[in-house]
Amino acid sequence: MSAPAPVVEREEPQQNAPLERPLSKSNLVQTVATGYVPLIIATLVVFLPLLWMLLSSFKQPGEIVTMDLKILPESLNLQNYVTAMTTVPFAQFFANSLIVTMVGSSVKVVLAILTAYALVFVRFPFKNVIFVLILVALMVPAQVSILPNYILIAGMGGKNTLWGIILPGLGTAFGTFLLRQHFLTLPPSILEAAEIDGAGHWRRLWQIIVPVSVPSIATVALVTVVSEWNDYIWPLIITDRPETMTLPVGLTLLQNSESNGAGWGILMAGAVLVIVPILLVFAALQRYIVAGLTQGSVTG
Amino acid sequence: MTAPLMHNSSATPADRSARPDAAPPGGPAAKTNPAQARRRWSGRSRKDFVVFLAMALPNLVLIGTFTYWPLINNIYYSTLDWTLGSASATVVGLQNYVTFFTSEDASKVLGTTAIFTVLTVGGSMVLGLLVALALNSKVRGTTFARSAVFAPYVLSGVGVGLVWLFIFDPGYGVLAWILRGLGQQSPQWINDPQLSLVMVIIVYVWKNLGYCAVVFLAGLQSLPRDVMEAAALDGANSFRRFFNISLPLLSPTTFFLLITTMLSSLQAFDLIRIMTPLGNGTSTLIYEAYLQAFGAYNRAGYSAAISVILFAILLVITVLQLRFVERKVHYS
Repeated sequence: MSAPAPVVEREEPQQNAPLERPLSKSNLVQTVATGYVPLIIATLVVFLPLLWMLLSSFKQPGEIVTMDLKILPESLNLQNYVTAMTTVPFAQFFANSLIVTMVGSSVKVVLAILTAYALVFVRFPFKNVIFVLILVALMVPAQVSILPNYILIAGMGGKNTLWGIILPGLGTAFGTFLLRQHFLTLPPSILEAAEIDGAGHWRRLWQIIVPVSVPSIATVALVTVVSEWNDYIWPLIITDRPETMTLPVGLTLLQNSESNGAGWGILMAGAVLVIVPILLVFAALQRYIVAGLTQGSVTG
Repeated sequence: MTAPLMHNSSATPADRSARPDAAPPGGPAAKTNPAQARRRWSGRSRKDFVVFLAMALPNLVLIGTFTYWPLINNIYYSTLDWTLGSASATVVGLQNYVTFFTSEDASKVLGTTAIFTVLTVGGSMVLGLLVALALNSKVRGTTFARSAVFAPYVLSGVGVGLVWLFIFDPGYGVLAWILRGLGQQSPQWINDPQLSLVMVIIVYVWKNLGYCAVVFLAGLQSLPRDVMEAAALDGANSFRRFFNISLPLLSPTTFFLLITTMLSSLQAFDLIRIMTPLGNGTSTLIYEAYLQAFGAYNRAGYSAAISVILFAILLVITVLQLRFVERKVHYS
């Protein structure tokens, strides 16, 4: 440091820090300028596009195809939602997405719990090798496997079926990994009573391990639900008939049929239907989702 | 959305299954009746073997079938001259790779991939760090703002792509309206290949910067407070404190984000597919692989070769990360 640093007297720190007086005018200005303004800008940058989506979803073609921008819709008209649902089978897409998300996530969470329990609490040779294989699978992106998986699933007759959408994604490296790391942090003493009781693995898992691991399991479940709901590339490839399309794929279909300017309101209604459910889940349970998605970034 | 990579993932060799009562005989019970004890132990061990397989095998088989097997298959497919849907294919060796690297595709696709990756990674990390610094201030509402900026990261890429496509619409989009107010013409975001790439990059950064912000924020909050206070008492202003102390101390977080955001940028698909379906100017490796097999051409073997190239790049980045993490980033 270049400037000769004055030695601060410990007895009178207040005098050396006049800016930290809570109610001084300069302090207030500084707090607003460096504290609130950037926060408000960042929040607006996120929210304005989403608000625009919501507002536009109520606008009629005449309110969109116009040179002078109308910010608010003239009325809360649900016509765009009705049109979206009659142009393409939206209710079917929604149901398909729900089924795929619910079935896929439930199976994945159960598989993750079982595998993680086995890796931590059950004796087996080569467990470290198995764990490394799971770790490597965590880093293999699904995108590079789409062609071979397409050939495999189509060959099994899974094209345009819901099980064909669900099956390839069922193996879960992410959930297994997260739960294994959590199980390792549990104190060994919690299983001792069960061992004296002579409880088998099955009872130990469901009566002791699972109840004390609810937050971690919730994290895995929520992250899985979000990614299943949003999954796009695989359902896009394995379905080409509306009956089995999920919501994101169905939106692509809607995009193709509403590609003129007047269709924007209808497309925004479709975007609301795919975005808002996850936004609500996120608003309610964001603590678990953020923790799950950023896990390991600092301390692991 | 990609699964997060872990810093100290493999550094936990702990194993809870080796409990004292399940250990090989040797205790007092074994002394009195060794044969019986051994039989009991091996019976239990065999039972554990079965329990392990019953619990883990379904998941392991699924991972093997749909994650590992496709990698091998992809390499095999990449040696074929094969039209998707056709029953016959001819083995052509490395011809698909030669075709890719000697055609104009290689420079175009690799160039687009490089520009997209560098700008999205750089953009979301720099903006993410700025947002993290704002979130790190001691004012009310930071918890809400933190969730708000993270939200786009969990939203459907298809929905987000449509919303922004409307905003960018040169005829009726908000952006065109603002530009008209300033006396400007809206650029042709959709028809101009270079502007298409810019548009997709902007939206990708919007969607992903919240992830970087939250990870950077966690890094900032774990910085040793005494060091920061000492620097402040030394008279270092906040800029110097940031560049001379915070940023160097954040380097493990920065490195982690560099790798994870690079891996996910290389896999970005949803936004590109929705905003620029033809891949005009936005055809990265992953999108080119998709277009070649499932777009107009049905060139399965050629697409597989591009996928293998992409996988090789991802593998190199992952290996680099693991090496670096093992050797240098263990700082505590």
